[in-house]
Amino acid sequence: MQNFLRDTAEFLPILLQGVWLTVVVTIGSLLLSTVLGLLWAMMRVSGIRVLSGLSAGLINVIRGIPIIVLLFYLYFVMPEFGVAMSALQASILGLGIAYSAYQSENFRAGIEAIDKGQIEAAQTIGMGWWLTMRRVVLPQAVRIVLPPYGNVMIMMLKDSSQASTITVAELALQGKLIASSTFKNTSVFTLVALMYLTMSIPLILLVRHFEKKASRK
Amino acid sequence: MIELSNVHKRFGSNEVLKGITASVEKSEVVCIIGPSGSGKSTILRCINGLESYEAGEILVEGTKVDNTSPSIVSIRTQVSMVFQRFNLFPHRTALENVVEGPIYVKKEPPAEAGERGRALLAQVGLADKIDAHPAQLSGGQQQRVAIARALAMQPKAILFDEPTSALDPELVGEVLGVMRKLADDGMTMVVVTHEMGFARDVADRVLFIDGGVIVEQGTAKSVLDKPQQARTQDFLRRVLHPL
Repeated sequence: MQNFLRDTAEFLPILLQGVWLTVVVTIGSLLLSTVLGLLWAMMRVSGIRVLSGLSAGLINVIRGIPIIVLLFYLYFVMPEFGVAMSALQASILGLGIAYSAYQSENFRAGIEAIDKGQIEAAQTIGMGWWLTMRRVVLPQAVRIVLPPYGNVMIMMLKDSSQASTITVAELALQGKLIASSTFKNTSVFTLVALMYLTMSIPLILLVRHFEKKASRK
Repeated sequence: MIELSNVHKRFGSNEVLKGITASVEKSEVVCIIGPSGSGKSTILRCINGLESYEAGEILVEGTKVDNTSPSIVSIRTQVSMVFQRFNLFPHRTALENVVEGPIYVKKEPPAEAGERGRALLAQVGLADKIDAHPAQLSGGQQQRVAIARALAMQPKAILFDEPTSALDPELVGEVLGVMRKLADDGMTMVVVTHEMGFARDVADRVLFIDGGVIVEQGTAKSVLDKPQQARTQDFLRRVLHPL
């Protein structure tokens, strides 16, 4: 135990640098996946066959490719087509795209859960498709969508560790580097696990809050 | 102001309207009665383009109702609708429900719309409920908010789709009272209803619909008190004397 505390004091500053990148990757890909997911969902429910077909196809392709392969593709293959990006950019883009498929299905479920009468009421006061979405459907769908959205946030925090496979020195990779140079596997990986857990707890509480709020309505 | 000529509508293989021809004049109150599934609600839904129709023509103030055309927005702002299940926006207060259309569709200044919204809620007897959310209101109160919401669009006509069918019996009166007052004020109204008392007292004309056709129509008295057709007689007997 004393060893662990000593190791903690020694490694924590380095690991905290990794935490910063973990946070950047998580928030960056969360934002990107939200925007893309919303876009796919809107295309899907637009009632325009080309758009909904395109969205459905895209989602299936994204869902069928492992995140790690997507990251390799962006980071190692795209430069051959003249699209070079930093490891950080590639990881945010890759995780953002990968998660947009799940976000989209979540958003779509939320939108489709809204009573059809709501849409008809909006139409009868002259609202068009976009105004109906913005003023009537989406504000109600948010309540339904938030609890699963919070779960996605937790999954993303953990999956941000996959960025380590393309050299982003986030928490997991920092841990691996320290462990392989000091051989203190137990201390280092226990510490890494505790740090992920510490970051997850506020999110877990947030999900619980969302769930309470959703069930109250 | 509303004219239907030979309107046909089918859902798949089920033809629900088989050639409906009718008209509604300005300031007229027309009640549509008939058994469930006879196509009553579908007529209303075709008039404001919630449903399309395959054949025939519906004109509102001379403009053809076509829900694929941009003109449908102007028709919907002229012909409001009140639903059986109210369909208020649950995430907005009574007043917000009422001013939603005026502010976001008709682009009225919020202050002006708000003032008129308050007056309308007062008119339907809900001056003290402007900040209540739909979940805090009784069915009758919700339906009155829905009527205020329809009125806020300053429509030329209002379509009522069984406005009291989802209400507890003791709440029916307050909604019918508001509707009667609207009729007295000269609002053009098309009302699908099972309230024969309301039809008798308020309607200028009654249409009896069965199997997608107008079986009988005329003044409220003639249709309700001296129905000529056997189907009308049978329907009225079962509605008025269910036991």
